[in-house]
Amino acid sequence: MSERWLLFKRSAGEFWNTFRRNRPGLLGAFLLLTALALAVFAPVLAGRDPSETIRDADGRPFTFASPAEHAPLGTDDAGHDIWAQLVYGARISLAVGFLAGFLSMFIGSLLGILAGYFGGWTDTLLMRLTDILLVIPDVPLMLILVASVRQLNLGISPLVIMIGVIGLLYWTSTARLIRSQVLTLKERQFVARARAIGAGHGHIILKHIIPQVLPLIVANTVLIVSTAILVESGLAFLGLGDPTQPSWGTMINFAFSRSAISNGAWWFYLPPGLAIVWVSLGCVLLGNVLEEILNPRLTAHHLEGDEKMVARQEAPSAEASSASSHL
Amino acid sequence: MERRDYIIRKLFMAVLTLAVVVVVDFYLFRVLPGDPVRAVIGRNVRISREAQENLRVQFGLDKPLHEQFFATLGQWAQGNLGISWSLRQPVSEVLLAKLLNSLLLVILGQTFSIVLGIALGLFAGWKRKTAVDVGALAFSLTMWATPTFWLGIILLVAGSSWLGLPTGGTLSPQNINKPLWEVWPDLALHLILPTLTFTIVYLGEYMLIMRSSVLEVLSEDYILTAKAKGMTHWQVLRRHALKNAMLPIVTLVALNLGFTVAGAIYIETVFSYDGLGKLFQTALEKQDFPLLQGAFLLLAVSVITANFIADVVYSYLDPRVKAT
Repeated sequence: MSERWLLFKRSAGEFWNTFRRNRPGLLGAFLLLTALALAVFAPVLAGRDPSETIRDADGRPFTFASPAEHAPLGTDDAGHDIWAQLVYGARISLAVGFLAGFLSMFIGSLLGILAGYFGGWTDTLLMRLTDILLVIPDVPLMLILVASVRQLNLGISPLVIMIGVIGLLYWTSTARLIRSQVLTLKERQFVARARAIGAGHGHIILKHIIPQVLPLIVANTVLIVSTAILVESGLAFLGLGDPTQPSWGTMINFAFSRSAISNGAWWFYLPPGLAIVWVSLGCVLLGNVLEEILNPRLTAHHLEGDEKMVARQEAPSAEASSASSHL
Repeated sequence: MERRDYIIRKLFMAVLTLAVVVVVDFYLFRVLPGDPVRAVIGRNVRISREAQENLRVQFGLDKPLHEQFFATLGQWAQGNLGISWSLRQPVSEVLLAKLLNSLLLVILGQTFSIVLGIALGLFAGWKRKTAVDVGALAFSLTMWATPTFWLGIILLVAGSSWLGLPTGGTLSPQNINKPLWEVWPDLALHLILPTLTFTIVYLGEYMLIMRSSVLEVLSEDYILTAKAKGMTHWQVLRRHALKNAMLPIVTLVALNLGFTVAGAIYIETVFSYDGLGKLFQTALEKQDFPLLQGAFLLLAVSVITANFIADVVYSYLDPRVKAT
């Protein structure tokens, strides 16, 4: 056990050494962590309840008040504090994004491992399924799914419906990635040895395959979360969010449909959009860097540097031999 | 692999996907409360029970579900997609009226983003790790992280207040119902902002794919050989790298068509552009299920068909798929 811990500590240390020198990765982590902090400390940071109406002495609400006038980021059409909505919206957007991301990560990893490990008809079936899902236009499909589930009046919260629909549709890229990793892993010697001493499929998958693909799954999940946050904002913009628990996308929907544009109330639609860019950019940067560190690809190509082949520096052919696989 | 086998396999997948779409589209809307009878009676509750029952028989709703499925399938095959609840018009007519506007926007946006994306991606991959590359990469990632509809709103506000461009629609009110050759400058003016949004949104993705494809091709041995023969960088890129690096773009264009539809829905909604995307959003808002069902069918069929065409084109472009 202690030997394992040491091994883990060493590889984690190596990872951190690579990661901390990677500026895009650090920027991504910073963007994501600040957004998470915003969501966690929402009650402290908001300063006011987002549903509270700010009124003047006569009790009339301040509608479309510009920033810093009566509220840090101004007010909306009903005199609600935009900053408070933004801070509480972080909770909704991030919760939906992360939960949907986890759901599709779970489905994608499970199917990817099964397809890659067992091969044969399991593999064919699952891969054909991903082929089909890739071609069907995703957003229209999600729109009709969400709309029909809501029409059924099952009493499920709109946010839960959204998490389910997004999670059920975005697992294909994870499944493909994990499958290709498992395909190479299962040919490795430690798997063959485990099988030789009589280990069952369950044991091999749990003890040998999953620990090996787990880092890649984590990296991929960060990327899927950014997709999920963007998709959530889109569905919410089209009016499928929960109006009683507005996410950032719902806020932009409110701004758009309640004439914030014609009133010049940029503080109503700019901040939530910037927040979405902030988080999803953070996830993309972080996810890409994690994937790059865990699954390194090519480091140089033949046309880098001088046009003359006999250059001052050494020829790039040695580095170039690490080129990635063909498509 | 022989081309004929390849095409047959792709055709099989296309038909299979189509079958899945049709089944989902039919059964999804059948589990919903309310049925085609509601389309005829609307909210008119005074229609007697017997009359409703008669209508039910007329629509074939008394038959088992799988019989209804094949009946509906036959109707769809003949272009009969039912009646829109909100517009009280045949769905197919409504859809056809909007199709052209959407195609115009999508084709313009895709053309610009593909051409610019390929050029930028080639340059960024070639000048890897220089300021150009880092800048292009940062731009692409940021645009990837930007919600399409939000970018549309920003461009709408900026374009209309600073450049005086129209804020929405396809034509100015006085130009509606006039022949196209008289009003095309007005149409073009209305197309600028939606097309710009489209181009920016998809440009980044094409650039990223082209860049990584260029990086991969430039690491091949034949590039080193070409360079060793004394060709300049530009010659190597034009004669050896460009064609090979562009292959993944063909696949990406096909796969992207599904996302293009999403883009069209967001952009047309923001700019109240009179196309299929806007229609889809309106149908959603009004819970017009026959219209949603028909629109989804049309969108899915278009994407599947276009995808198949791209696969066939690919088989002619990629020498690894051999002719018989």
